Amino acid sequence: MTTPLSPDRLAELAELDDHAPAGLRPDVLVAVGLADRYAPIPTPLGELHVAWNGRGVSWLGSADRDDFEAGFHRTIRRPLEPVDRVPDRLGEAIERRIEGDRRVRIDLDLRGRTPFEVAVWHKALEIPRGEVRPYGWVASEIGRPRAVRAVGSALAHNPVPLVVPCHRVVRSDGSIGQYSLGGPDSKLKMLTFEGLAPLELEAAARTGERFLGSDTTHIVCLPSCHNARRITPRHRVPFRSLAAAEAAGYRPCRECRPASGATLVA
Amino acid sequence: MDADVDLAKRLARDLDGSFEALVVAHQDRLFTIARRLLGDAHDAEEVAQDAFVRAYRAIEGYPPERVRELRLRPWLAAIVVNLARNRRRRVADRQPASPLTPLLENGLDLEDQASARPEARHATAESRREWSARLAALPVAYRTAVVLRHVDGLSYDELAVALGRPEGTVKAQVHRGLRLLRAALDAEATTDRHSNHTEMSA
Repeated sequence: MTTPLSPDRLAELAELDDHAPAGLRPDVLVAVGLADRYAPIPTPLGELHVAWNGRGVSWLGSADRDDFEAGFHRTIRRPLEPVDRVPDRLGEAIERRIEGDRRVRIDLDLRGRTPFEVAVWHKALEIPRGEVRPYGWVASEIGRPRAVRAVGSALAHNPVPLVVPCHRVVRSDGSIGQYSLGGPDSKLKMLTFEGLAPLELEAAARTGERFLGSDTTHIVCLPSCHNARRITPRHRVPFRSLAAAEAAGYRPCRECRPASGATLVA
Repeated sequence: MDADVDLAKRLARDLDGSFEALVVAHQDRLFTIARRLLGDAHDAEEVAQDAFVRAYRAIEGYPPERVRELRLRPWLAAIVVNLARNRRRRVADRQPASPLTPLLENGLDLEDQASARPEARHATAESRREWSARLAALPVAYRTAVVLRHVDGLSYDELAVALGRPEGTVKAQVHRGLRLLRAALDAEATTDRHSNHTEMSA
């Protein structure tokens, strides 16, 4: 087949090649999850930073850029690049999640984490805003009732605090416990922001109020369960142990499931 | 070609460790194909990016022996061609014609000037503009075949793989595309003579 165009003309066609825009390569690497970007994000604890890639949110931490990058690179070996702002949809989703909306979907990039850690973080996501659960409760709920310490360790290594609300997991004696994002004070602040009175809960637990029942429904709850907080003072019945509640004819709440980890509490 | 065979082997062994090399080796040509098929530089960048993301996910899901055998040039070209087709459909559904497209086609494209490396042996801006318009006027099937064969430089064998058609069919498509380009050039020559003539007589 002879070509209808002269070699000169064909050469002109061949010279129509373009150079890819400079942003293409970094955009592709972020999109497939081989590099991450980070930007400031407002939170109840002040302005922090969040990192993400095309697979999901990968890290949330310090307001200080050097600290943030150091924390990221301690566990993640991907390149990290600062940008001015979080993409609108992600920023709104995180804001809603912090406000307590558990329906909002936020993909997380948890590659390289153990199945146990991931199970702990997913369980923490089930705890409603303004409520707390003991470490032993999480351990029991994920089918590893004896791994209470490991649960504490997994929560301490939560790469995305606030997005995964590890601040809602407290010690079995009602005291607030440790917090990876700025220590116990930040944890106290977050729980107070969510409408909880964590110090009162702690005081109540010290006096032996570990569970709360209602003498109208005969249902027993963990004290911060939204069902327990609806009980009027007149009908509120505190219990030291679940065994005591059951002996008094109370059944455990199906939402906060106080039986989870209860044997370790007693 | 040898470089691509080696790259396919590396991708089969370590996708995350060698994917950036794939992007570096193929980003200019994927962007060029998308640009020639779509006209708009912004659309082309999005399509090229999406093509790499699809390629990554596909390789992630393939068994290593299949990745090793991939012919990267036609395989990646096929992904861009398909995405460009989808993009054109979406744009056509959304609006009859973008008022900006003719402007961009006619050289009001600052990005293009900025990204062109000075040392690159490019056709003059004038000639590029004219060729862009001529290619844009071709029916899509012929434009695709001509772009892959003569701008991207695929062999007929690779072109057949990229378009999923027999070699005879793609050859005929290229040939018809070139004939239409030839006709467009002839028509331009006639118009030029005509306008010269008008000028002289004025």
